[in-house]
Amino acid sequence: MEIPYTYKARPDTGLYNAKVGIWLFLASEIMLFGALFSAYILLRVSAPVGFWPDVALGWPRGLLNIPIGTFNTAVLITSSVTVVLAWASLKMNNFARFRVYMVITVVCALAFLGIKSFEYNDKFSHYVVRLKDGKALTGHIEVNGKHPRFWNFNDQWSVAKLTEQKVEKIKVEVDPPRDIHGHVKKDAGHGAAAHAAQEVAVSDIESMGSYTPATHPFFAVYFLITALHGLHVLGGALVLAYFAFPGAKMWKSNPEQFINRIEVGGLFWHFVDLVWIFLFPVVYLL
Amino acid sequence: MQSTASHAHTSATDSSHGHAHHEPGFFGKYIFSTDHKVIGIQYGVSALLFLLFGFFLILAMRYQLAKPGSPIPVVGPLLEMIDKDMAKGGIMGGDLYNSFGAMHGTIMVFLAIVPVLFGAFGNYVTPLQIGAPDMAFPRLNMASFHCYFLGGVVMFASFFTPGGAARSGWTSYSPLASVTDLVNRFDGQTYWLIGMVLLITSSLLGSVNFIATIIQLRCRGMSWMRMPFFVWAQFVTGFLLLLAFPPLEAAGLMQLMDNLFGSSFFLPQGLVVDGKQLGVSGGGSPLLWQHLFWFLGHPEVYVLILPAIGIVSEVISNNIRKPLWGYRSMVYAAMSIGFLSFIVWAHHMYLTGMGTKVATFFQTTTMMISIPSVIILTALFISLWGGSIRFNSASLFALSFLPMFGIGGLTGLPLGFNASDVFLHDSYYVIGHFHYVVAPGTMFAVFAGIYFWFPKITGRHMNEWLGKLHWAGSLFFMNCVFAPMFIQGFKGMSRRMSDGGTTYFGGDVAMGGDPGVLKLNNMILWSAVGLGISQIPFIINFFSSIFSGKRVSSDNPWQATTLDWATPTPPPHGNFIGEPVAYRGPYEYSVPGAKSDFTPQSEKA
Repeated sequence: MEIPYTYKARPDTGLYNAKVGIWLFLASEIMLFGALFSAYILLRVSAPVGFWPDVALGWPRGLLNIPIGTFNTAVLITSSVTVVLAWASLKMNNFARFRVYMVITVVCALAFLGIKSFEYNDKFSHYVVRLKDGKALTGHIEVNGKHPRFWNFNDQWSVAKLTEQKVEKIKVEVDPPRDIHGHVKKDAGHGAAAHAAQEVAVSDIESMGSYTPATHPFFAVYFLITALHGLHVLGGALVLAYFAFPGAKMWKSNPEQFINRIEVGGLFWHFVDLVWIFLFPVVYLL
Repeated sequence: MQSTASHAHTSATDSSHGHAHHEPGFFGKYIFSTDHKVIGIQYGVSALLFLLFGFFLILAMRYQLAKPGSPIPVVGPLLEMIDKDMAKGGIMGGDLYNSFGAMHGTIMVFLAIVPVLFGAFGNYVTPLQIGAPDMAFPRLNMASFHCYFLGGVVMFASFFTPGGAARSGWTSYSPLASVTDLVNRFDGQTYWLIGMVLLITSSLLGSVNFIATIIQLRCRGMSWMRMPFFVWAQFVTGFLLLLAFPPLEAAGLMQLMDNLFGSSFFLPQGLVVDGKQLGVSGGGSPLLWQHLFWFLGHPEVYVLILPAIGIVSEVISNNIRKPLWGYRSMVYAAMSIGFLSFIVWAHHMYLTGMGTKVATFFQTTTMMISIPSVIILTALFISLWGGSIRFNSASLFALSFLPMFGIGGLTGLPLGFNASDVFLHDSYYVIGHFHYVVAPGTMFAVFAGIYFWFPKITGRHMNEWLGKLHWAGSLFFMNCVFAPMFIQGFKGMSRRMSDGGTTYFGGDVAMGGDPGVLKLNNMILWSAVGLGISQIPFIINFFSSIFSGKRVSSDNPWQATTLDWATPTPPPHGNFIGEPVAYRGPYEYSVPGAKSDFTPQSEKA
């Protein structure tokens, strides 16, 4: 016996099975991301005084690159539009246009992930160096004349590791000073002078760490939510790419079900966008 | 672009070769089956095995509690072989005790009870009762079982890792869970978290599938209020699993980050472990973990009890030959429980110092949720009035469920009140309370369900005499195990001590010693052994009846009304011969003027 309503709508509910399924799935996804957002709020609100924001460093404002984040938001919103256009093209029986729009959607997804990995790389090689005299420097570091790279886990540095490898001095390309709102201070100036490299003796360092989850709960939250979101983008992109090419055979055999699939995939894709639309202001702007 | 397209085309052709259809062999039929009935049986068998395993864990622990510091008979040498440090000379050390305790809870809740109620009974019976050919998404259903099985393997494997399985309680409170093993970060706790992520994925896939199936695949005439109460219970349970589990998944990911990447989601500033500052950034909140855990943890309690009530309702209405009294109010009560269960979680946290206002709120909602629970139980009790009750194994278990669940529920009230909870919290009273709900409660419903649906699944009856022996032994020993715990709890015995309270209650009576309380540990141990022995008739009965039980006389041996009995025995792939139609409500027993004392739903009006 065939399972009913796999692509035809059930008369009394007006829905086909997969559409019920995807909405239920999205409900659980809302609970998943909702829990993470709530955790962020709770951690930030209940943080000890002087810890969040970290008074010395102006944390967490200004740590993420807002122009890049804005651009990425635009990229994702574009993909949200094109995925609807792809679905609409199928409704208008124009398969070629569907494929073009779907490819644009997937390319946008990959662009988003590419830009994100660029941001990740920057954070993994960006250090906070706390000195024994109580001061703290933030900036990219150079050890033995090289910048650490994020894809190499052995390339993460700590005081213990520097001592062990008998490195005496490291270079810190100090960030321009910021006020508590994260804006670069006006009098700090821009360009080479503000970004001057400063040599620091390892013996003067109290502790150091890159902008990784271990350094501050803000980064823990940032990396966890964005990584989980990134996985959703990747998963969504794979599915949409499958629909655009190998899965498109169904357009010939069962167009109605194929359009349903695009609709369901599109719903998921909108959800992924929606998460980012909340994520962007919450982690980048607030 | 053109090259991408052609490349994708090639890979598509390759993959379609891989998925070519064959006649289902052994693997296709039993391992990679998409039939809801086979998946239900897979769930059932694995869950019952885990149930037995979880029972053995607690049996070893009870031995240590009754006779602290003496080697455990039979399994002692085996434990020593697995981990020399934790079980020196076959004696259960504190670490092993902790790890067994944590895993007993985890296994019983996530690998035994939920899978057997939701995975096994839900999978097997729900589509049959709504007249569906299968679940809405059969392949998701298969994936759900595979995730569950993999999660079980991970949990089981964690016993053999260096340092043993997780040992921070089934609740895995941080920071304890993050600092138990600072050297080996990939410890039992990490396995636990990975296992939990798999189990959560499994129940997520399952719940989406169940809800979609019940909404979409009800047969013609099966309106919402014609659904058997069992289906309603599964429906509400589906929503609980769907919405309550993701926050725990989020919490699990955070704890995984804490353990593996050194983040501080749940680790406060200035945390000192073993007299040394823990080198983490700090700034996290241990309370956050508890909130996220109990946000799942409390709905989970209703996941453990609602399907059980569903099973009991089916068995009882069939065996008293009467419709359920107040079917509609039971349905609305189940929905209210589902809703309220999301706003009671912090009554597990009165002692965390979250503040009196918050505690008052959760105390109020906790009292509110007892109302629909009482409605359901009362409706079931009133149903018995004037019934002509058949006393067979299934109905005996279902009938004893009622008072047992009653005790479990009523003893929960003092824990729901914040003032009395301050005294009872973390004592054996709590253990007694929730075990009365889950062990003689839910477990009895599970047994009732097995005796009840066994003829449909295998085409043979289970042996009644062995069944009644199983029931009598289980009922007696269950009470002997759990009732003394209330006394111990009132006396103030903490539930966390691996010496069974000897530190506090041993020694001189004048100094506060209480040998009576300690003696109860002995009673509990031997009752637990008796409980184990009482299961032997069941195990024998279960396996021998598959092959040599009395054959069923018809497809509907219990003269039941619901659609699951309108199928051939056992139901074939696709379940029904011809399209099933529901013409009437689910419990038309003893309708005045009807030609027999039951009128099946499928009988034309």
